[in-house]
Amino acid sequence: MSKFLDIILSTQFFYSIFRVTTPILFASMGAVVANTAGVPNIGIEGIMLIAAFTGVFVSAATQSAAIGLLGAALSGILLAGLLAFFTLYYRTNPILGGIAINSLASGGTIFLLYLFTGDKGSATSVASKVVSEINILIIRDIPVIGEIISGHNILTYLSLLSVVFVYVLIKKTPLGHHLRAVGESKNAAESVGINVNRVKLIALLISGLLAGLGGAFMSMGYVSTFSRDMVSGRGWIAIAAEAMGKTNPIATAVTSLLFGASDAISNAAAAVGWASDLVRTIPYIATIIGLLIFSARELKKARL
Amino acid sequence: MGNIIEAAIPLIFSGLAMSVVFQASLFNMGAEGIFFFSAAVISFIAIWAPLPHGIHQTTIIVAGALVGAIIMSIIGILKAKFGASELVSSLMMNNVLLGVGSYLMTKYLRDPMASQGSYPYAKTALFSSIVPGTRIHLGLIIALIVTGLVYVFIYRTKWGYEIRMVGQNKSFAEYSGINVVKVIMISHIVSGLISGMGGAVESIAMHKRFEWSMLPGFGFDGALIAMLANNNPLGVIFSSLFVAYLRTGADIVARLSDVPTELVTILQSLVILLISAERFLHSYKQRWIERGIGNE
Repeated sequence: MSKFLDIILSTQFFYSIFRVTTPILFASMGAVVANTAGVPNIGIEGIMLIAAFTGVFVSAATQSAAIGLLGAALSGILLAGLLAFFTLYYRTNPILGGIAINSLASGGTIFLLYLFTGDKGSATSVASKVVSEINILIIRDIPVIGEIISGHNILTYLSLLSVVFVYVLIKKTPLGHHLRAVGESKNAAESVGINVNRVKLIALLISGLLAGLGGAFMSMGYVSTFSRDMVSGRGWIAIAAEAMGKTNPIATAVTSLLFGASDAISNAAAAVGWASDLVRTIPYIATIIGLLIFSARELKKARL
Repeated sequence: MGNIIEAAIPLIFSGLAMSVVFQASLFNMGAEGIFFFSAAVISFIAIWAPLPHGIHQTTIIVAGALVGAIIMSIIGILKAKFGASELVSSLMMNNVLLGVGSYLMTKYLRDPMASQGSYPYAKTALFSSIVPGTRIHLGLIIALIVTGLVYVFIYRTKWGYEIRMVGQNKSFAEYSGINVVKVIMISHIVSGLISGMGGAVESIAMHKRFEWSMLPGFGFDGALIAMLANNNPLGVIFSSLFVAYLRTGADIVARLSDVPTELVTILQSLVILLISAERFLHSYKQRWIERGIGNE
């Protein structure tokens, strides 16, 4: 127990919270953008997986982490586009469409992984690139804080910037007003001449871009390879974080950080040798409890 | 042919479990985790309980069904009482069940003598083949009986009617005096009973020990099957056979060539996308209707 406390009180632990929050934060910002326009993006989990896969293989083929990252982001946008095509133009139920996208990503990545490497488990044999870590001048020299905040992966800083980006996008730009108008009342937005489907399409594509960056971090930062179903529920945790943050970017970022912390605790508990099968469930249990508390509060408010 | 039928048995269970919740427009993917977890729990009974043949299997199946019902009712309470999204909580629950099930496996069930899997189940706990030369087992009969029961439940009982009403229009059902909380709970519990039973039957008939190390994927197959059958229990039998046919075919293809079985998962996803697309072939349908009118 004391060893566990030592770990979770160390600066490395707080450093690791930012690290494990990165994919959740990106994905939850994606969920915020989509939900602002009133289209739930249930396919986030699958988009992250495809992006993680693309990142590894494109960076290996081009020997450039930047191009790999670009490829991952593009693949996220493409898959979101596929979901958008079906839900917006073919009127597929968005939830079933999302479920289909997720299982398409899960099966598709294993299929391609096997074709490329002859292995169905992971792509360790592929020499892929990772996105590098950077130290921030001045801050890195501050004791404690420097150790926590400096030296992260570029994508981690980018994920924090994505919160600002989404906040500004939604609250300050004309496109953001359109997104909110469409999400608030589709018919009213249509009556003032907003092309509802186009706005929803843009929302889903941005959401795909953000989720794609989150997926890229999984295979090009968090670890340096791709393995099957490696996103393991982070997309869904992000969706829960978005629901608890009530589609507000700042509140959603805070809840993402909470889920990231529970993820980091589960890693720390596994590191001291507690039954790893059990402690691995901590983030998921935290998500269920978080969802429960949030929903109960909402329901109470609705009844007043 | 025997292969297809034996592969279809667990799919019938998961398809039925999904169709019950889908009838109420609840998107619950919990069947996935329950298949895994109920198989893990019944392993304790199947390995160590000294029961006579017949009673042993019955106990196992009842226990599996109860495990499923308990887990589903947790998700049901979260949805019905607190309004928590059943999709998110059931998916999180799947991961929790995977963790707890794996813990039970490594801590208590793992057979040190075997390369993988638990201790073998007791002889009295197993289902044997009922058709010589195949592995088709008693589970088929159970699956067919359950299908009949679910059909009667959905289309011939008051509770089934209420489930369908809630599925079609929740607000309308609520205004006309249907207790939506109760309906959500019932549909979750029934779905849990069926998927728990499915996990138990599959493991005592086909595996003869607990050997899953990851979620078996029946839940997602069940979603596709229920949709193909338009959530009709009788249709579930045929769509299960169809998916089992795809699966068996993919296994053969994988054995004979280099095409991995995941091709089926890709196909299934595309089928889901296309089936749930209301507007797919819409213009074709429109033209067909217009031509019909023109001919009159």
